[in-house]
Amino acid sequence: MIQIENATKTFGQGDSAFTALRDVSVDIAANEFFTLLGPSGCGKTTLLRLIAGFEPPTKGAILLSGSDISRLPPNQRPVNTVFQNYALFPHMSVAQNIAFGLEMLGKPKAEIAKTVDEMLRLVRMEELKDRRTSEISGGQQQRVALARALAPHPQVLLLDEPLSALDLKLRKEMQIELKRLQSETGITFVFVTHDQEEALTMSDRVAVMNAGRILQVGSPRDIYERPSERFVANFIGESNFLDAERIGGDVTLAAGGSFAAAVPEGVPEGKVSVLIRPEHIRVRGGQPEAGELSAKVETVVYSGDATTLHLRLATGEVLKARMANAPDSDAAVPAEGQDAAVSIAPGAVTVLRD
Amino acid sequence: MSEATTHRPTYRPGELEAEANAADNRNRWLLSLPALVIIVCAAAGPLLVMVVYSFLTPGDYGNVKWEFSLEGWIGTLVQRDIFDDTLMWADAHLSIFWRSLSLSLITTFLTLIFGVPTAWFIATQPPSRKQFWLFLVTVPFWTNLLVRTIAIQELIRSEGVINLVLLKIGIITEPIQMMFTDFAIGFGMTYVYLPLMVLPVYAAVDKLDFRLVEAAHDLYAGRWTAFRRVILPLIKPGIIAGSILVFVPSLGAYVTPRVLGGGKNLMFGNLIELQFGAGRNWPLGAALSLMLMAAVMVSLIFYVRVTSREQADG
Repeated sequence: MIQIENATKTFGQGDSAFTALRDVSVDIAANEFFTLLGPSGCGKTTLLRLIAGFEPPTKGAILLSGSDISRLPPNQRPVNTVFQNYALFPHMSVAQNIAFGLEMLGKPKAEIAKTVDEMLRLVRMEELKDRRTSEISGGQQQRVALARALAPHPQVLLLDEPLSALDLKLRKEMQIELKRLQSETGITFVFVTHDQEEALTMSDRVAVMNAGRILQVGSPRDIYERPSERFVANFIGESNFLDAERIGGDVTLAAGGSFAAAVPEGVPEGKVSVLIRPEHIRVRGGQPEAGELSAKVETVVYSGDATTLHLRLATGEVLKARMANAPDSDAAVPAEGQDAAVSIAPGAVTVLRD
Repeated sequence: MSEATTHRPTYRPGELEAEANAADNRNRWLLSLPALVIIVCAAAGPLLVMVVYSFLTPGDYGNVKWEFSLEGWIGTLVQRDIFDDTLMWADAHLSIFWRSLSLSLITTFLTLIFGVPTAWFIATQPPSRKQFWLFLVTVPFWTNLLVRTIAIQELIRSEGVINLVLLKIGIITEPIQMMFTDFAIGFGMTYVYLPLMVLPVYAAVDKLDFRLVEAAHDLYAGRWTAFRRVILPLIKPGIIAGSILVFVPSLGAYVTPRVLGGGKNLMFGNLIELQFGAGRNWPLGAALSLMLMAAVMVSLIFYVRVTSREQADG
């Protein structure tokens, strides 16, 4: 559907030049909910603006269904954007905003009216269609922006952190709403966010970006459970990083214990860093048996649904373990200062490319 | 204040508030007194004098005689034949009205043509440079109007810079007569009133959210359509304000037509001046002044109606 080929974007010239995107290549499939995830300034919005046509790439190409669109102005691309601040036209009503794209495409009046009604129904805004955009709430503006961008039925919908201005409850609702809209319309969504949870819950695939590069592309499960490098692991969820020695697919932790591990491409044998998610670690009081590590409990933090333990391993490394709480689990959790035995779930160890 | 009321049962509810409001009102009147005095003495009073004078008979050496007469008002549009008292249109006045109106409209149009792109240019500069450009636009305000007008004269007179250059290059063999023409007046007024167009349009463009323009392009609008459908409606208040600010003083312009138009190409302001000076017809002058004011009022009412409708539904 969309192919980004070696896209580089540099702003400014000479000493003040700033490279927002460095040689980014990625394929986005048709009818996919694709998310660009990364901290602010990582280049995700720049990539979105390149696809929309607001900026030309400095180098590289953007292909839509096989044809190069990198030099087309935004009004000639079958791509629409939901802007971060919504960018609704303040001098038009809700319905006029939604009709704008259709009018520009020169659709007949009857068809425009019909599509606008459909869109109003799709985003549940029928009653407010004659309101000015300044007279509706943030969540409603958000829905109008969606309807306006969807009305011309673009091949691709670009969403630039559309939920960041909403409060938590509304954000959760809109996440579900967006998923529904995507499956109902069958349009490819490219979604930009810095919120890892949003990315994991909504996306078919996620591209994690940092410093102008795409570090990893994969399903939410891939990204979370098999991050390829430390930045990805750190950005998404809680992480433990431990030193280890790798021989083939086997990893021996510095703290002891041997595990079969997933290994990303391009990692040399020998000393490596590995990731273990806190929830993949089990802790019980007492001395370790075979396959378990010995540790000392430093702190115990209760947080409702789970308890997090900070453990000190024999190597001096700190290990976080997160255990789901059950009605009777209180007794099973070792107390602070106690010796504990740590077991790591099979398949929980991932080698990182540093 | 309502809390104070509830804590003192001797007062009826609302009584304290009413008293406080009354004191508040007194204070406001007192504070606005200086402004009121100025408005009454400097605007309403003289205006009343003009209204009264316009219904009196001209005195022999200027001034007025206290005899009621409609001649002042009649004289604005028609003139009496000195021999048989038949009335005919005052062609001289009508052509002056027409020249004032058309030159003011042309001036407004030209300041729009030059002012809107200038304002756009300034508003889209980086913030640090905006101040510099804005300063340049306001520089003419620091100079006396008469001096600026005479500077224009220096440019366009027969031995002026423009003619000298054109003669030197050989494009023309005889100097072009530009002084004392309608062109000279239009040119001068466009120059003088240009900042009054640039500043309000600048303010409107500066407020414009360019993400809306991006949104329009994203929704398949080309450059021209985006301008017409999104940019223009949003900067319209600034354009209307600028047009009024240029049109109103143009209509009553006095110095520029006097210096650049000479004695022949009169405008409304010069015609009024003539009645109070050499013409010695104060009632006619008063009536003409009131007519000019009425024209200004009409354009202001138009502005208010357009902008308030804008705010209500546009």
